[in-house]
Parts: sequence; structure tokens; C-alpha cells
Amino acid sequence: MSQTVARSVRTPSPTRSAPAPAPRRRRVSAGRVVTFVLATVWLVIVIAPIYYMVLASFRSQGTYLTSNPWLPQGGLTVSEYGTVFGAGLGRYLVNSVILTAVCIVLTLSICLGAAYRIVRRSTRASALSFSILLLGLAIPIQAIIVPLYLLVYKAHLYDTLFALMLAMSAAAIPVSVLVMVNFVRDIPRELIGAMLVDGGSEWTVFRRLIVPLSKPVLATLAIYNGLNVWNNFILPLVLTQSNSVAVLPLGLTKLEGQYAINVPAVMAAVLLSVLPLVVVFIVMRRQVMRSLGSVVMR
Amino acid sequence: MALFSVFIVVPMLGAGALSLFRWNGLGTPHWAGAQNWIQFARDPLARQALTVTAKVVVLSWVLQTPISMALGLFTAGRQRYRSVYAALYVLPLLLSTAGIALMWEALLDPNFGGLTALSRSLHLGFLRQNWLGDPSITLYVVIGLIAWQFIPFHTLLYQTGRRHIPDVLYEAARLDGASPAQMFWRVTLPQLRYTIVTSSTLIIVGSLTYFDIVYIMTNGGPGYTTRVLSLDMYQVAFQQNEYGYASVLAVVLGVVGVGIALGLVRFSGFASMSSQQEGAA
Repeated sequence: MSQTVARSVRTPSPTRSAPAPAPRRRRVSAGRVVTFVLATVWLVIVIAPIYYMVLASFRSQGTYLTSNPWLPQGGLTVSEYGTVFGAGLGRYLVNSVILTAVCIVLTLSICLGAAYRIVRRSTRASALSFSILLLGLAIPIQAIIVPLYLLVYKAHLYDTLFALMLAMSAAAIPVSVLVMVNFVRDIPRELIGAMLVDGGSEWTVFRRLIVPLSKPVLATLAIYNGLNVWNNFILPLVLTQSNSVAVLPLGLTKLEGQYAINVPAVMAAVLLSVLPLVVVFIVMRRQVMRSLGSVVMR
Repeated sequence: MALFSVFIVVPMLGAGALSLFRWNGLGTPHWAGAQNWIQFARDPLARQALTVTAKVVVLSWVLQTPISMALGLFTAGRQRYRSVYAALYVLPLLLSTAGIALMWEALLDPNFGGLTALSRSLHLGFLRQNWLGDPSITLYVVIGLIAWQFIPFHTLLYQTGRRHIPDVLYEAARLDGASPAQMFWRVTLPQLRYTIVTSSTLIIVGSLTYFDIVYIMTNGGPGYTTRVLSLDMYQVAFQQNEYGYASVLAVVLGVVGVGIALGLVRFSGFASMSSQQEGAA
């Protein structure tokens, strides 16, 4: 641990020189070398397993066992990608896309409406519902999974995508509303007032002013919640069982059960399951990184 | 709001109520009073689960906090290569827990796994272990994997936190002749206190309720060495169908989780920050 402390001590140094226009040609200090080496060690820890997975996915089951799995030798193939599609991965992919899309739309529309109402109408009821929501922030989903299961079961929603949509949106609402309330609160009252004076209704204000202004926050929340829904494991595990409604994380473990010894097939399935996220990440990297950092910081 | 109430608030109350009944999911629940709670107090498996969970919580915090902070400060820096590193550091965040678990299972397989292959070609004997089957190390392997999964996220938090520290503070410290070490202890660390609280709360509550990797990779084994509380609850509920007793475990999880979260927030005066924002609006 002493190494990491040493590194964090060093790191403020670039900031000192940051305002200066030409910081590049400084002599290389020992601290910088240590920083670079440690950062690279962590990079290897992060990248190596992923590299291994990518390489393994392009092997056949036979060559995976016979040749060194760390080196791209001994023949690469895409055949296992076909295998997993044949085993139902496409179905899981479609389920995940539907679930994530619906949850994002549902959560965002609910939290935007709720936030506007909480901010504009500070009645006792809305204040109370806001504090209940805040309590929901602290409750871990594992603590309510048993009654949630019974509830879904009694409502005859067990083993449906619909149950997952409702449960996951509900789980996403506390954080989203909190972030949204903080944002809507900062919209100047004068703006709202001016629109009302000009004869706009509350609905016009909401549609013409609040919604357009909120776009960046909505994007942030969409990314944050989308990622959580896409990767959630315990809710699908408890609330569904059939292959036809399995989403990707659960589907992956089902595939593993089918292909336990075919490691390349399992790796191919995992990679296909992250592909949509990788695309989103490449297209909007800055937005993604900012949103993940900022949602919980508010 | 209704959606939230039905799916979060009702189950919350439901867990409390159910913990007072004995029910196998079929037929009618029987009133059990404190019976489930007495069973909990005497259950050696639950005690074991509590110990394992406590270990996971403490070690996760000790492991993840310094590394995340160091990486966060590193990635907040402005050299070009740092932002490249920062982009690559985020990659584990894109993988689902299920994906991470399956990937590491392939790597850690004692016969055909990646680490075994590496130990063969590099002649590093220590890389060849029964990572997921040796009772003395499996728990630490799991804690390490949890760290692998979550450090990227906490790195982002610290990066954001560091970027919000005004440069003037460092300028002033420099003019006063502060060394880099002093700047870290006197400027960076105090300025990051809200980030530290937020990140610590998330790490502690997150590892308290950690489920996915344990369920997929070890299912609590070998023996009961990695049977954390949430897994214990899952198995009592959905494999033994004892919903009443499982609810006791759930209530314990919920109360400890909320308690720790509120405690940390109070203790650190985090609440005062939110009221500041209110005043400003």
C-alpha cells in the first residue's frame, strides 16, 4: 500500500505546472517515472484479462486447450460466435435491448414529471413523497428481493419482461428524481414566471422550458440507468426463469451451463453482450465518463 | 410515485412483516412471533455469513479506497497519456458482473486457465493455484475481483472530485512553499472529503450486499468460506423456501446498510451540504 500512497503524493505536481504554456520539456523526475510505472501496472491488470477473453473467443475449442492462450498463434476462427447465436444469444440480446429502452423511457419521464411537481408545488404531500424517495436511495435491492418476488408472483407477473421493466424502473427512480430535483430547482423562477405571464400554461412551461433545458441531465441519467439495467443480475435471476425472457447477464450464465467446457464460446458470448455498450462508449465517451462520475456526486 | 411505492416501499414493509411469520411460499403463513429472530441468533451459518460479509466489507474498503484515490488523482492530471489511460481504465465498467465472473472463471481455471498457462510459460509457480477451490484463498480472490470490478468507478469519482478542486488553492500552497506531500495532505485530502464519504459509503454498502460474483463463481464455497449474507438470504429464500426466515436476514441487511449509510453521512456533515444547495436555489 505504501507504493500507492507515494503515487498519490506525486500526482498533484502536474497541476502546479498546468497553467504554464510549455510543461512538456521538463526534465523527467523520479516521481514521474514511478507514477508512470505504477499506472502502467494497473493498466495491465485491467487490460490483460480483457485481452485474454478477446483472444480466447476467436479460437476453436480444440486450439484453446492445445496452444498458449495468451498468444495469437495456432489458428483463429469466428466459429464460436456462430455457436452462441445458435444457442439463443440473439434472443437474450433482444430482451436486453427492449428492457433497457423501456426502463430508460419510463424512468426519465417519471422522474422529470415528479421533479417538476416537487419543485413547483411544495405541498406537504410532495415533500413527504420526496423524503420517502430519499429513503429508497439507501435501501439495497437485496434487502427487498424476497417480498418483491412474492409481490410479482401474486400479481401473476412472474417470469415476464414486464415485471423486470417495472421493478428496475422503480429501483432507478430514487437517484434519478434526486438528480432531477436538484437540476430543476436551479432553473430560475423568473423564466417560469415570464412564461406564465405570457399566457403559457404549466404544461407549456414544462414542455417548452423544462424539457429542453433538462436534456443534458436526461442524457446523463439515461446512460447511468441504462448501464445499471443492462448489467443487473439479481432481479432477472429472481423474477424470471424461462429462456424466452432471459436477459443477457442471466443468459450468459445459462450459456455457461450449456457450454461449460467450451471456453471460447462463453467468451464470445460475453463479448457480444458488451458490444452494444462498447459502441455507445466509443460514440459518446466523454458524456459517459462524466455522467458516471457526476450522478452520485450530486 | 405509485410505481416506486408498489415496488420498493411495499416490499420494504413486507420484509419486516414477513420476518414474523413462518411460511414456505405455499399455503397460509403461520404467525411465528420472534421465532425467526431467535433462530437467527442461534444459527451458526448466519454467524458465519456475517463474519464473511464483514471481512468483505472491511477488506474491500481497505483495498479499493487508496487505489481508487491514487488512480483518480492520476487520471485527473493533464498529460495526454493520462487521458488515454483513463479511457482504458473504464473498460471493466462496461462488462456486466456476469461477464466479469465468466471471464475470470476462464482465467482462474486451475487446469486450462489463463493464469495456469502463464505460470507454465513464465515459470512462475505461484500463479498456479486452485484459485476458486482452495478454502484459504478463495475469499481473497473474490474480494480482489470485486475490487477489479469497482475500482474503475471509484476512480471516476475521485477524478471528478479532484477536478472540482480550484487551482487557486494549489497556487496559494505553492507560493507558501508547500511540498507536493504537504499539498496532498493539506489541500487535496481535505478538499476531497465529500468524495471520500460518497465513495466509502458506496463501497461499504455495496460490498455489504454483494451477491453476483459470489453466486456465479463460488456459490458460497468451498465449504461456506464465501457464503456472504445476501447469498445466505437468497438460498434460504429461494432454495429452502423459508421466506419468513429469509426476511429476517433481509431486514438485517437493510437495517445495517441504511444505518451505515446514514451514519457515514451524519458523521461527515454531508447533510449540511445538501441544505447549502437548497439555500442557493
